[in-house]
Amino acid sequence: MRYEAPRKLKRAVALLSAESGVARVLAGGTDLLVQLRSERIEPDLILDIKRIESMHAIAAERGGYRIGAAVSCAALGEHAGVKQLWPGVVEAATLIGSTQVQGRATMAGNLCNASPAADAAPALIAAGATVAIAGPGGRREVPAEAICLAPGRNALEKGEIVESLYLPARPERSGDAYLRLIPRSEMDIAVVSAGVSLSLDAAGRCSAARVALGAVAPRPLRVEAAAAALIGSDLDEAVLAVLAAACAAACDPIDDKRGTVEYRTEVAGVLAKRAAVIAQTRAGGAA
Amino acid sequence: MSQIHVSTKINGDATEYLCEPEETLLDVLRDRLGMTGSKEGCGTGDCGACSVTLDGRLVCACLVLGAEAQDREVGTVEGIAEGDSLHPLQKKFLEHAALQCGVCTPGFLVAAKSLLERNSDPSEEEVRYWLAGNLCRCTGYDKIVRAVLDTAKEMRSA
Amino acid sequence: MPLDHPQDLTIKDFKIVGQRPLRPDGIDKVTGRARFGADMNAPGMLVGRVLRSPHAHARIKSIDSAKAEALPGVKAVVTGADFGAVKDGLDDGMLDVLVNCMAQDKALYDGHAVAAVAAISQTVARQALKLIEVDYEVLPHVLDVDAAMQPDAPVLHEEAADESVPAGFSKNVVRRYEFGHGDVAKGFAEADRIVERRFKTEAAHQGYIEPHACLAAMGPDGQAELWVCTQGHYMVRNTCAALLGMDASQLRVTASEIGGGFGGKTTVFIEPLALALSRKAGRPVKMTMSREEVFRATGPTSSSSIDVKIGMTREGRITAASGELRYQGGAFPGSPVEFGAMSAFAAYDVENVKTVGWDVVANRPKQAAYRAPGAPMAAYAVESVIDELCKQFDLDPLSVRLKNAAVEGTTSSFGVTYGKIGLSATLEAARAHPHYSAALGPNQGRGLACGFWFNFGGETCVSLNVNADGTVGLSVGTPDIGGSRASMCQMAAEELGIAYDKVRTVVADTASLGYNDVTDGSRVTFASGLATIQAARDAIRKLCGRAARMWGIDEDAVIWEEGYAKPAGGNAGSFEPLSLAEIAAVSARTGGPIAGHTEVNADGAGQSFATHLVDSEVDPETGKVKILRYTVFQDAGKAIHPSYVEGQFQGGAVQGIGWALNEEYIYGEDGRLQNPGFLDYRVPVASDLPMIDTVIVEVPNPGHPYGVRGVGETSIVPPLAAIANSVSAAAAVRMTHLPMSPPRIRKAIEEAAGR
Ligand SMILES: Cc1cc2nc3c(=O)[nH]c(=O)nc-3n(C[C@H](O)[C@H](O)[C@H](O)COP(=O)(O)OP(=O)(O)OC[C@H]3O[C@@H](n4cnc5c(N)ncnc54)[C@H](O)[C@@H]3O)c2cc1C
Ligand code: FES
Ligand code: FES
Repeated sequence: MRYEAPRKLKRAVALLSAESGVARVLAGGTDLLVQLRSERIEPDLILDIKRIESMHAIAAERGGYRIGAAVSCAALGEHAGVKQLWPGVVEAATLIGSTQVQGRATMAGNLCNASPAADAAPALIAAGATVAIAGPGGRREVPAEAICLAPGRNALEKGEIVESLYLPARPERSGDAYLRLIPRSEMDIAVVSAGVSLSLDAAGRCSAARVALGAVAPRPLRVEAAAAALIGSDLDEAVLAVLAAACAAACDPIDDKRGTVEYRTEVAGVLAKRAAVIAQTRAGGAA
Repeated sequence: MSQIHVSTKINGDATEYLCEPEETLLDVLRDRLGMTGSKEGCGTGDCGACSVTLDGRLVCACLVLGAEAQDREVGTVEGIAEGDSLHPLQKKFLEHAALQCGVCTPGFLVAAKSLLERNSDPSEEEVRYWLAGNLCRCTGYDKIVRAVLDTAKEMRSA
Repeated sequence: MPLDHPQDLTIKDFKIVGQRPLRPDGIDKVTGRARFGADMNAPGMLVGRVLRSPHAHARIKSIDSAKAEALPGVKAVVTGADFGAVKDGLDDGMLDVLVNCMAQDKALYDGHAVAAVAAISQTVARQALKLIEVDYEVLPHVLDVDAAMQPDAPVLHEEAADESVPAGFSKNVVRRYEFGHGDVAKGFAEADRIVERRFKTEAAHQGYIEPHACLAAMGPDGQAELWVCTQGHYMVRNTCAALLGMDASQLRVTASEIGGGFGGKTTVFIEPLALALSRKAGRPVKMTMSREEVFRATGPTSSSSIDVKIGMTREGRITAASGELRYQGGAFPGSPVEFGAMSAFAAYDVENVKTVGWDVVANRPKQAAYRAPGAPMAAYAVESVIDELCKQFDLDPLSVRLKNAAVEGTTSSFGVTYGKIGLSATLEAARAHPHYSAALGPNQGRGLACGFWFNFGGETCVSLNVNADGTVGLSVGTPDIGGSRASMCQMAAEELGIAYDKVRTVVADTASLGYNDVTDGSRVTFASGLATIQAARDAIRKLCGRAARMWGIDEDAVIWEEGYAKPAGGNAGSFEPLSLAEIAAVSARTGGPIAGHTEVNADGAGQSFATHLVDSEVDPETGKVKILRYTVFQDAGKAIHPSYVEGQFQGGAVQGIGWALNEEYIYGEDGRLQNPGFLDYRVPVASDLPMIDTVIVEVPNPGHPYGVRGVGETSIVPPLAAIANSVSAAAAVRMTHLPMSPPRIRKAIEEAAGR
């Protein structure tokens, strides 16, 4: 096994493209090192991207924020601007692991690791975030929901590296929220989770919405029917019930050590309802 | 397999070592440098017994590669006391009997110190959440949380 | 000396006992200097690693380690065959230990050791394991206790059952126990109401933060040294010596600092393997378990299935009680069902009572003791049924327990007649506490439960050396798992009348002191404490003798008071009192070193009872539980160091919270453990919990000079029940399966709603 820590993105892409064996990008390492220890993977090359200066930046861009792939969740949580614009996303990122894990873990790593239960994923999908990918063929930008294909499998091609995430600008009277169900209060992987982002019109009615669920299917889900239920409403009980039903209908979970099919399906709707209400409040609407 | 040469600073001292690419910082500290104060309770980031700081950030040494410490600053439990004078947290842990077996103690001390450096007046809830990645099976956390709150109070009035 | 009347001193005004001095090992532990199991190294040391079965049940047809042995850097490989020579000489219990440490003809659970290697590095050792070829014939397996009892269940052992098991049972049923008195049928006939229910609990692991670790070094002369984290290094010595065919005297075992045990470190796992590897390789071998190995291959406690039936009058008097307890203890006989059946109704004075316990084997790791082994599950079932009866009659659960509480003179359900005990005192303390009458909000519930533990004494040996400078060195043979060295220093200092910091307590190695039973059964403060006090009194006798010699008077004419030798009265002569330091300073001239010793098989440990009170809140939509408030009331007899007594109460309560709410062994269809790590084996974290309030009740134990009762285990007996009662109240549905994870609670709520 080789360890490389280039200072330039270009060099990183070159090293990655040239590697004939198994190569892995190392961001925070909070997934990767666990996999190494369990001998689930035995890479020939570990490519540490944390020496690349630009990957640590959080920069304002077109009313939103561009977040470098090596920005730790702890650093993100300390950024007042992002927190104010996208509180739900920051909430999701800062739920990952412990304080110690936060000090290392990245949102990009969370997406690339491609766990259906990844916390950042539903929040980023609900936010309409995009992902900038650098590769031998140049740079491309894809929606966050395009990254995870299946458990442990992401959409990156050989030689590609996620360079940054982009959280877009949003209209006034917007809010987002992310909730997950874990049996403890911390240090658990989501049994089921929901992210909601919405905007209200001047009358307090929902004018735009995105809803995403985690841990209820082989990949994080964007649920358009659930979002559609919200749009045009003021999120009354009946609308929330439709939202919950739409979420339940979209679920395709499994029984595993963390939860059952029935439980996940049922609680997905509960969390989506609650997240929608929080997002509405954050957007300045009635709770 | 070729070893990697690393120059770093540990508890303020310039330190050099060789390590394998897959070796963790925890392995390096314990097996190569004889600094066994940091403990391995899990090796997978779940227990916090290996807590150290890396450039001032609290991390699990078991989730950092030894090679990553190049040009960084590492802080471990061995660096908390100054000479023979204990850090207020160390004293309060003893006073409050915040340890039974003591294997989790190094991790808690490193983590709590990092909290108090950021927040001199944490609430009980903030202490509990900050320390949620440090497992203690003996104490039920009660006395640990009290020791941290009491240290904060004392350090504020000092 | 009043050794024959040990309770004489319980009324004494203590000077040091009952204080909260800093612990002697404290500074080492807060600076990182303390050496735990994995913190020791030796020159030329090799790394040992274990190959484990991926199958829950399989015949080992052959093991070929040739390729591994040929790998450069591999210095030794051992398999079951290496222990073949000693096997025949072992009794059944010891043979089970051996087979658990290293599989012989069958792998009996996922994680069962099948081979071990010693190599020059982790990397080489890891590669070597991959080169060992094991040919398995996979067999059907069984995991659940009720399933394992079915007549057609896959059988683990052909001949493990003894004659207590009636004919017609599965061979997995290996022991039957029965306790009780009176006539239960008659008692049930007298009841106004009877509740009968079945409960299940899942296996919980002790979850100590320090994985097992040891460093073994055996020379060509057959002499060996072992450094190990254990609750009992004498047990390690005797067991390893037997498994390796050595004389006990050839093996010196030193106990490292120990990072938690809770019963889980009262047996051996890797220690015999490390010694066998070291013997073969001729070099020291260090072995440490990974967390995954700890979960897969060391002892969790039993999972259980329990039926409880209780009859009560409408006034709240229990007329009859019966229980049938089924515990699987993993792949070998020895589940703690006997203790479960003994303790189930031990808190109550019941005229007609009967319990039957069934010990069952299944394809899981051999259970190891876990804090009050067997009792928490039994108490859960019993206290749940009592709670339900109280609800049905609309009676106050505390008053009902007081009405039925065992008191001095009660003949317990397991046969012993109690001396002075403190159950009622803990209940009264709970009633007087503001927690008992605090208001509750919506979706919140309060639970109350009592618990009992026997406590043990056991074989103990202590040496107390008076140094010429007036300080004292105390050697005990019981590893300190939670501050016991501080308590020993306190008791020695109290007895000798010297300052706390003049006494230093060390845990001596097996060559330096006689045999000591393991640190278990809540025995250390009781038994090592009793032995320490007796050793101090022995030293005092000698100090008095020396003073007599210095004064030139009769030994009998000297008494010891508050740290000084004094003439016994006017007739003895008039001399200035001599302090311990003054006598010690000239000991070379009065007969040489001064030391006190005790060798004792201590009994009279004194049962300990507790009452726990807990408030919880249930989110009815998600089934998630939050513990809001928790108070422990427990009889400690006499708290030597109250901080560490409180610590035991709090630690036990929180382990109980974990077991009640989220901790469980989860297996897949394939019989493999799915959650062998702290991310999915969910022990409580700091943010899950409130402060754990404690009330120390002191009803002195007549069997100990200072009145001490063990406190370490009782504290985990009531929590499962107390929390289940609280959650059942909050969710308005009786929870009969632990842990009460969110999906289980949701399901129970749905079922109760008839959906
Ligand atoms: C104790 C513990 C608790 C945890 N709790 C949670 C939790 O609550 N919620 C949760 O969602 N996760 C949790 N995790 C998992 C993990 O912390 C997160 O998924 C984290 O966000 C991963 O980020 P990282 O930077 O550490 O990724 P790494 O481990 O560095 O990488 C993860 C994967 O992504 C790839 N990768 C990383 N960055 C890039 C990039 N820029 N370009 C291309 N590929 C890349 C890596 O090659 C690797 O395959 C936990 C882990 C631990 C150890
Ligand atoms: S050893 Fe690093 S977190 Fe447990
Ligand atoms: S004191 Fe033992 S784990 Fe914390």
